[in-house]
Amino acid sequence: MDTLLVLPLLLPLLIAALTMGLRRWTFWQAMLTLGNTAALLAIGIVLVVVVWREEVVATQVADWPAPFGITLVADMFSALMVLLAGIVAFCAAIYSAATIRLRRAAFGYYPLFNILLMGVMGAFLTGDLFNLFVWFEVMLISSFVLLGLGGTRGQMEGAIKYVSINLVSSVLFLTGVGLIYGIAGTLNMADLSLRLAEVEETGLVVTVSMLFLVAFGVKAAVFPLFAWLPASYHTPPLAVTALFAGLLTKVGVYALIRVFSLLFADNNDFTQTLLIWIAGFTMVTGVLGAAAQNEFRRILSFHIISQIGYMVMGLAFFTPLGYAAAIYFIAHNMFAKTGLFIIAGLSHRLLGSYELKRLGGIVRMSPELTVLFFICAFSLAGLPPLAGFFGKFALARAGFEAEHYVIVAVSLGVGFFTLYSMTKIWGEAFWKPFPGEVPQDLQERRRSPRMLVMAIPAVIFAALSIAAGVAAGPVFELMERAGEQLADPSGYIIAVLGEDAQ
Amino acid sequence: METLLAFVIGGLYAAGIFLMLRRALARVVLGLAILTNAANLLIFTAAGLTRGEPPLIGSGEEALTEPYADPLPQALVLTAIVIGFGVLAFAMVLIYRAYRVVGSEDTDRLTTTDRTPEAD
Repeated sequence: MDTLLVLPLLLPLLIAALTMGLRRWTFWQAMLTLGNTAALLAIGIVLVVVVWREEVVATQVADWPAPFGITLVADMFSALMVLLAGIVAFCAAIYSAATIRLRRAAFGYYPLFNILLMGVMGAFLTGDLFNLFVWFEVMLISSFVLLGLGGTRGQMEGAIKYVSINLVSSVLFLTGVGLIYGIAGTLNMADLSLRLAEVEETGLVVTVSMLFLVAFGVKAAVFPLFAWLPASYHTPPLAVTALFAGLLTKVGVYALIRVFSLLFADNNDFTQTLLIWIAGFTMVTGVLGAAAQNEFRRILSFHIISQIGYMVMGLAFFTPLGYAAAIYFIAHNMFAKTGLFIIAGLSHRLLGSYELKRLGGIVRMSPELTVLFFICAFSLAGLPPLAGFFGKFALARAGFEAEHYVIVAVSLGVGFFTLYSMTKIWGEAFWKPFPGEVPQDLQERRRSPRMLVMAIPAVIFAALSIAAGVAAGPVFELMERAGEQLADPSGYIIAVLGEDAQ
Repeated sequence: METLLAFVIGGLYAAGIFLMLRRALARVVLGLAILTNAANLLIFTAAGLTRGEPPLIGSGEEALTEPYADPLPQALVLTAIVIGFGVLAFAMVLIYRAYRVVGSEDTDRLTTTDRTPEAD
């Protein structure tokens, strides 16, 4: 059990060190990274199975008893996130192996990729608030370098915005950690969950919770803290964008859900109202921002924001079904959104542009790409029987049960705008005739081995979008288990602190 | 002592945020440095200050006796300082690179990625 929780951290570290040593042998770097991500995916599956059988598993690093040592803990939510991150990382590694050029790889692309994964896995598995901060920093600093690696003007500008606002959010996170230690005298999340409930000055606790809301809100890109995302996500190579889109904001959402369900779930009327407003505005501004864009990746970047709103909405209900719906939505979004980014990369490979005006006619040039886009786009817009439909359906049901009708109405309305954006991409990039001369070597390029490898992740994501929709019942059972554990953290607390925890 | 430090920390946060709101990138980085250090001081102070009482078990004793300084915040601050240092070093290199590429350190000039390029 202990090994299972430590492996997702040690393995990427080891592979990062190895890839660092390989320097110019980029092929082997890529292969090692692929092996690493495949192993993480396998560990994720095993972890989900183990957690399904044994509820919550925890281990104390170096045998220092909790709450004094560092705790690694996996409930269903953590296990699912590890699995999902494994899937996204595996697909991003395939795409990287096909597209990352020698020069970029020689400057440390793969070591950074692996360190980023270590940070993400650490954030999912840690049971300690300060440790969460450290894993966030591990993840952020490697994402900074990945974003800036290459040094084009766009990347520099994007990186400056991304770095400065994320560092401010880290400082706020650290401030929150300091204050919460001052209030409760512990940083172990299970211990904090017990201690914070006994604190008499509840105003102080709510204040600290707002610091966390802003800090994680920046990382999750919620309204009004999202400006860095559309300014930076489209600047690096697409492999990096796809990895970031699939993982980074979701780590922010994970931290929001974890902290607000475990630490600040009591007397939360104020927080709940605020979260619902944030969710609504995030959805609406994201989708409207997307409607104003004419570049494939920028449209998708704004849609990330819009979809984060749905996840926050699931959290805001503070019910088991709400949590479950939010987690299902995270999974669906990882599949559909990362898939769409990779499809954007494929059409760029085919026609040499991300601008909708310079794209066109993909329907006739590449039917297989059309099918992939169709599946991912309609899943994102929420059409049955794809995963997106069930995600929205579960959220709407959770909303009705919690009697928050307005936000449900808003979320359904936003769905139509999402469909509008997707039909815009459809009409411009796929349906209309290609403007200008069709490149001579188009069919060669379409059938080239590189293109086929690049298409594998898109196929995987499309298949997962269908599978998670068709098998929504069994899949949602996992999410429901996670939701129940989040709503009633006693199992989590006992797993960390032992049976005699008060 | 704690009251004094509280004011110092408040002042540092204010100065840091003020600098980060300026347009010159060098000031943004300076503001960041001040903010990080303010947060470190805050962790140190929030846990309570105890002078001259190291958390050491005296010879012939079995356990710690009150009062003693809490060692955990010091460990946290040490970690935070190291992380802050690394991040700051990166931020400085980044603004230098950006200055070389863009040719300006005015944040108002960093807007090319926000505009949709004209497709002509």
